[in-house]
Amino acid sequence: MKFQDEYRDRGLVQGLAAAIADEARQLPEPVRLMEVCGTHTMAIAQFGLKSLLPEQVKLVSGPGCPVCVTPVSYIDHAIALSGLPDTVITTFGDLLRVPGSCSSLMAERAKGADVRIVYSALDAVKLATELPEKQVIFLGVGFETTTPTVAAAILAAQQQRLGNFSVLTSHKTMPGPMQALSADPELKIRGYLCPAHVSTVIGSDAYLPLAEKFGIPCVVTGFEPADLLQGVLMLVRQCRAGQARVENQYSRAVTRQGNTKAQELIRHLFEPADAVWRGLGVLPDSGLVLSEAYAAFDAARKFQIELPDASEPAGCRCGEVLTGRIAPADCPLFGTVCSPETPVGACMVSSEGSCSAAWRYGQ
Amino acid sequence: MCLGVPMQVLEIRDDMVVAEIDGVQREASLMMLGDPVAVGDYVIVHAGFAISRIDPAEAEETLRIMREIFTPEDMA
Repeated sequence: MKFQDEYRDRGLVQGLAAAIADEARQLPEPVRLMEVCGTHTMAIAQFGLKSLLPEQVKLVSGPGCPVCVTPVSYIDHAIALSGLPDTVITTFGDLLRVPGSCSSLMAERAKGADVRIVYSALDAVKLATELPEKQVIFLGVGFETTTPTVAAAILAAQQQRLGNFSVLTSHKTMPGPMQALSADPELKIRGYLCPAHVSTVIGSDAYLPLAEKFGIPCVVTGFEPADLLQGVLMLVRQCRAGQARVENQYSRAVTRQGNTKAQELIRHLFEPADAVWRGLGVLPDSGLVLSEAYAAFDAARKFQIELPDASEPAGCRCGEVLTGRIAPADCPLFGTVCSPETPVGACMVSSEGSCSAAWRYGQ
Repeated sequence: MCLGVPMQVLEIRDDMVVAEIDGVQREASLMMLGDPVAVGDYVIVHAGFAISRIDPAEAEETLRIMREIFTPEDMA
């Protein structure tokens, strides 16, 4: 596959790993680098990259898996909506098995709720045209890569004057949580591998304030093994030189200013709002809600519904895993009560959660 | 978070493209892309949308820098 296989070349990867080891030998102390994006977490585990890194360079996972950071109250809300008559819940696959306070969308589907997996928000709009007698609700979860696709779908529904399509949104933005984690002295993060496809939208310049304020280098990095190792190498070099610049390793897809059309789509339909993050609590202006002009497409306002008191599964430490405070194996439930077959926390359910990655590919 | 794969544009029909990867063809919307796309270009597709166009020159430059890090005899 073009623009993919070249960056999986074994010789390249070995060369980069050797270069990292050379640089790391000059480091005054070991460094903790955080990959923020869940897709990075999975790629690092899938290609076994941690085994190629020297002792002095440690990779920890951050809050970049949209499913994992979604609070349990959102899942409860989606479950409550699935119980309404003549209602179809459409969602990306990952949300299906995430445990709510007392059930999951998959369990509700087994009891007869109409919950369908879609590949795109546009598929949900198409479904709404095919089922005029049903209310179709799309679960809009994701960062700036996904939010514009939901905005485009809402505009398509508006154009077709659909009264039976709405979205339950839980969109979050970067680099909000990175700022929160950078301010935590206990975490001692010395560099960020910044998300690849979020950055195609927001642009690499979006990380400048953070790098400057906290003195932490940021490298926007692609998903392939050679991309990731080159990103680590660029971070280690900056650590050695005591720099805190924003660099763009993934220049084939990311520019400094990003995708202005996608940014416009987001600004046109959404406005910033505080958001609840699992493991981080409420972060100011770190989420997006539909603006007043599009309230008719906001399922939270369209359907008034009773919600249970949200409670996290007992003993679940996903909040600490996704902020890099503990590793999956440090959680007492990991591999015992919590496994892919019987997931307790979102980090095990989600295909991009660090517990799911650690389970599938080992530490 | 947002896995997207590089696909080659085979056909363009108003604001949709048909793109292909490893023999799999898929439609993707252009509603998220500001800059023009031509048949033969590579775009990153995520959740039914083309979210970015791959810049072949930058792609090559990245590989050049990667290869520069070690000289061939290092590989012996």
